[in-house]
Amino acid sequence: MAQWNRSGYFRSSGSRDVNPDLDGERQTASFSVERLTAILDGGADNTRTRRAVEAVIHSDPGFSRENQYFQSQNERYETAVRKSVYLKEKMHQMGWTEDGPEIKYCYRALGGDLAFNVHRVFKNSILALGTDEQIAKWIPLADKYHIIGTYAQTELGHGTFLRGLETTAIFDISTQEFTLNTPKISAMKWWPGDLGRSATHAVVFAQLYIKGKCYGLHAFILQIRSLHDHSPAPGVIVGDIGPKMNFEHIDNGYLMLQNINIPRENMLSRFSQVLPDGTYMKQGSDKINYLTMIITRVQILWTEVIPMLLKACTIAIRYSVVRRQSKLNPGDPEAKILDYQTQQQKLLPLLATAYAFHFMNAYVNEFYNKGYTEIKQENFDSLPELHALTSGLKAIITEYCTAGAEVCLRACGGHGYSALSGLPFLYTKLAASCTYEGENTVLFLQTARFLVKCLAAVHSGQPIPPSAAYLYSVDSGKCQAWTKMDFLRPDIYGEAYRHRATRLLGNAATKLQALVQSGAEQHEAWNQCTVQLVQAAKAHCHYIVVKNFIDTVEKLRNEAEIQKIVKHLCDLFALHGIFSNTGEFLHAGYISGDQMDMVTASYLDLLAIIRNDAVPLVDAFDFTDESLNSALGSYDGHVYQRLYEWAQKSPTNQQVSQAYASYLKPLFQNALSKL
Amino acid sequence: MNKDLRRERDSASFNPELLTHILDGGAERTRRRREIEALVLNDPDFQHEDLNFLSRSQRYEEAIRKSALMVVKLREYGIADPDEIYWFKSCIHRGRPEPLDLHLGMFLPTLLTQATLEQQDRFFMPAWNLEIIGTYAQTEMGHGTHLRGLETTATYDPTTQEFILNSPTVTSIKWWPGGLGKTSNHAIVLAQLYTQGQCKGLHAFIVPIRQLGTHEPLPGITVGDIGPKFGYDEMDNGYLKMDNFRIPRENMLMKYAKVEPDGTYVKPVSDKLTYGTMVFIRSLIVGDSARSLSRACTIAIRYSSVRHQSELKPGDPEPQILDYQTQQYKLFPLLATAYAFHFVGAYMKKTYHRITGDINQGDLSQLPELHALTAGLKAFTSWTANAGIEECRMACGGHGYSRCSGLPDIYVTFTPSCTYEGENTVMMLQTARFLIKSYTQVSSGQLVSGMVSYLNDLSGQHIQPQQVAARPTTVHINDPASLVEAYKLRASRLVEAAAKNLKAELNRRKSQEDAWNRTSVDLVRASEAHCHYVVVKLFTTQLSEINDAAVHAVMNNLCLLYALYGISKHTGDFLQAGILTDAQVTQVYQRVKELLTAIRPNAVALVDAFDFHDNHLGSVLGRYDGNIYENMFEWAKKSPLNKTEVHESFHKHLKPMQAKL
Repeated sequence: MAQWNRSGYFRSSGSRDVNPDLDGERQTASFSVERLTAILDGGADNTRTRRAVEAVIHSDPGFSRENQYFQSQNERYETAVRKSVYLKEKMHQMGWTEDGPEIKYCYRALGGDLAFNVHRVFKNSILALGTDEQIAKWIPLADKYHIIGTYAQTELGHGTFLRGLETTAIFDISTQEFTLNTPKISAMKWWPGDLGRSATHAVVFAQLYIKGKCYGLHAFILQIRSLHDHSPAPGVIVGDIGPKMNFEHIDNGYLMLQNINIPRENMLSRFSQVLPDGTYMKQGSDKINYLTMIITRVQILWTEVIPMLLKACTIAIRYSVVRRQSKLNPGDPEAKILDYQTQQQKLLPLLATAYAFHFMNAYVNEFYNKGYTEIKQENFDSLPELHALTSGLKAIITEYCTAGAEVCLRACGGHGYSALSGLPFLYTKLAASCTYEGENTVLFLQTARFLVKCLAAVHSGQPIPPSAAYLYSVDSGKCQAWTKMDFLRPDIYGEAYRHRATRLLGNAATKLQALVQSGAEQHEAWNQCTVQLVQAAKAHCHYIVVKNFIDTVEKLRNEAEIQKIVKHLCDLFALHGIFSNTGEFLHAGYISGDQMDMVTASYLDLLAIIRNDAVPLVDAFDFTDESLNSALGSYDGHVYQRLYEWAQKSPTNQQVSQAYASYLKPLFQNALSKL
Repeated sequence: MNKDLRRERDSASFNPELLTHILDGGAERTRRRREIEALVLNDPDFQHEDLNFLSRSQRYEEAIRKSALMVVKLREYGIADPDEIYWFKSCIHRGRPEPLDLHLGMFLPTLLTQATLEQQDRFFMPAWNLEIIGTYAQTEMGHGTHLRGLETTATYDPTTQEFILNSPTVTSIKWWPGGLGKTSNHAIVLAQLYTQGQCKGLHAFIVPIRQLGTHEPLPGITVGDIGPKFGYDEMDNGYLKMDNFRIPRENMLMKYAKVEPDGTYVKPVSDKLTYGTMVFIRSLIVGDSARSLSRACTIAIRYSSVRHQSELKPGDPEPQILDYQTQQYKLFPLLATAYAFHFVGAYMKKTYHRITGDINQGDLSQLPELHALTAGLKAFTSWTANAGIEECRMACGGHGYSRCSGLPDIYVTFTPSCTYEGENTVMMLQTARFLIKSYTQVSSGQLVSGMVSYLNDLSGQHIQPQQVAARPTTVHINDPASLVEAYKLRASRLVEAAAKNLKAELNRRKSQEDAWNRTSVDLVRASEAHCHYVVVKLFTTQLSEINDAAVHAVMNNLCLLYALYGISKHTGDFLQAGILTDAQVTQVYQRVKELLTAIRPNAVALVDAFDFHDNHLGSVLGRYDGNIYENMFEWAKKSPLNKTEVHESFHKHLKPMQAKL
């Protein structure tokens, strides 16, 4: 029970006067939190650098996030611009460079609330698709922010299906110019970040037409706002697309082009160019850029998406040991809500998921590096696999993280619903991830298409890529567990996941084939199987994550204490997945009903075990209070005081509202005279 | 009208108007509802700027303005029937909360049910006339669900015949009550009553908190708004801290319990009466689950018929995204669920009214069961709707994320119902407690009645562990009645399993509570299975009451989809209990996909039948006419960031930066 004699807890990283309920949890950790943090950071050196950067950022009031939840869309946008500009100065002052290790820690410390994120994509697209001259012309300007760029691809009517984009770029031989147009309302560029209010230039994707013939999508650089007074260029209609669920610090914009002429040199021409006489030429392979694009896309997962699940878990788990409600035993004090099995069931599997996904980073990087080396040697064999793998992982990770943050929010009861918990912010930001950078269902189907091909290769005895090589192994047909302890064996549950993935893929492929053989057209058969194919792709990704978690545990063999707790998390992740999808494991009898009861028993036992280390496990993520920006999740656990003091700073308590004088008071009189 | 939507409507196999009548409870009620909605829609006083562009303070102000008008106009029009008030109100506030909700929904009713006649004389008419605006202050910062843990104290002082109210700790500050932050001048405060040195538990007190006339907080009262939330921008959820604040003895609500002038405490006769109110509020939440999910489905399904993307067949025009199986699989089960929950809500309301009749005749026997079972239904429907709304939003891709879709707003307004009025997990466990109690009764040879009567089938079998599982599998997957039986078997299997695990834990450990906690995951599963059974049963029952053949046919498909989709998502339960075979489960999967195809031509008509006016939907994507893209553009132009052609941060930040670099 919090007493009155505390105050001034709002900024607290310095203070280590910890709520005893939270402190007690830390005294009994079974492992060294500091050691685990170092492992998660990829080495103690990284941890040191990160903390040094965080200390610099947090000690500067110019980066305070205290008012973030009180701000309007306009204020959030302006704050993001101000902080981004200020961060540039700060980095310069500290001697941190754009490609140094500090920048990602700055981003982490600031919770990502910065502007000009798409400016970087703008630069990268020029670096990737531009000729050396184009790079020499534009990149220095962009580096100095003399121009601010955006990347305008998505349109009102088309997102996922790029070929359907409708913006046109028509080459005019007589003037040596491209004329860009938005031929109809659905062709308007819609959603690009930094476009609405900030950008002066844009890389625009448009269908290239030469002499009436369409050559498909190409990228063009054009100026959209004046460098003098920032007003829109003639023929350009540009603005902000309006309020969103979150991301209000970003000015996602619309862009309509009316007969904009740009010189021939403004088409990004590294891989295809238009000669003065209108001849279209393709040159080289852009596959290496495709590879870079894939990896940039998935790196969002580890810099943005997964950390938000880690934060949500930190907040919900810390709050759940501070919050006491009801009694477990008559006469006892009220119990910490984390002692309730139902609360453990909500949060601890998410904690395990957070670790599972964090550890996927190394796996994906390894794939990428191997692919990169091969592609440099003109060997493109690994590209389809890398595409399939990253598509599926993006989909499963964003889906789980989004759903997970929402569970954390609701697990904090009413207080989770307060913006001051930080959870609505995390959730609404995550919620965008399921549809941006590829809509998840579409991505799962891309993975499925790859898997169906792999399966065909298996049947015809061809070699298949490593991530799907398991399709070759022979199935034992029945799960080999005899007691509930057997389900703590990675070989047992790993095999169960493998079996499920193989079975679901086999079923979907068989169905697909049957439909085709019965006379259905290929595309119709595919559409009729998509629900099953998505299911199969999910099972495949789930297996990859479980398998990688098992391998990660294995690699921790020199860290006995840490290996032990991470092994528990791995077991929990795997068994929770079986427990939540019992039908897929029971169907066809791989796991029997009795075995499923063992799974449940082992799973519930694990909850109680991990419960004891839950707080140290989230402490190891090592988020600063400022980065969490949550009244419920702060390190010292002074939840209620912080909530109370912070609420008083709300504009609704600071500003004079006209509501009473204008509406309530006259109403009273009005009502009195009438009734 | 958009040509795709027109074609969808033309090709429907049934008349949606007839279905609207069923949802409203008769053609006459549909007519009356529309009449009342027209009063709002045609009234310029209720028009205003799009709320998405307003700040929180502005939204609160707009809501207060409308609420004040609403009360006046309700009386002007003589609208007094609760349903009609609800139609009027939700049309004005477009399904959003408003600052007078607690005054109208809690403060006034509590005065009516718990105040003495003398207190009603003093408070009711002023409150009715809005001289007094009250709220209901129960939840504290440290306690919500566990009422006995509330810490606010009301200590009786016989020398002055006053209660002294105190918030002794930070955690005891009242936190969350709607209308408390800025609007109310009175509150019904729940506090632990201390008299003659003893704690008598929670009681309700009428506490003035703001000065009449100036609206300033009274001395000893600290009151304010709790700050921004996920949603509920219109609502001034507030905090209240009391320091030795004195109120006269007569301000304790004393219809049941009393404190005499000398401090003697007189106990209430029965504490079951409050159950009735809770059942009523839960039935409202179930109805709200249905409506919120219906709105989300309306938006997502209309948008999916207007949006074209990619290609199914190379060379063909881009298809409507609703033609993709994966899109149908996301949306149609939710559509079926929305209908199912409508019928559950209607059933609960009817039951509540029936039971209220019994209560008035002094018969409280059915209350505990009803109270226990509705807890689970509240949790079951709100969890499902909560997830379903988000599913609809994501099915609209990027545009769903824009507030112009209306979906973020529906979601953030709805989602707190999973935690308010009883946190859902706690609710599920209340239902589980009743299920276990019934199971124990059956085990000891007694019969149980009502919705749990299926447990009677377990009678005499509880000695043999696999009895339920050993049933022959005779489920017909195209017969709703047979599916009800399947769900019934699943529920009994899971109740039985939870009861056995509980018993095993009890045998292993001493404490009842500890064993309960260690079984709670199983118990929640049992409750969910029970609720799922109830929903399937009520949906199936509803089918027999539909006379029109065309409507019946389409509702039959929806009912089948609801039941079969539920099985396909929980195949483990059905397989493990031996209710369905592997082969049948495969058939279920296949049948679900066939039903998607069967429902596809009627999808738009089925959401049209919900009959939400565009104003109420508040969605550019869900517009009745389907003209989405031009209207998205029009909407965006009004965004606050577009107020000036060049944003001020250009001059403040960008320009100076460019000069420096």
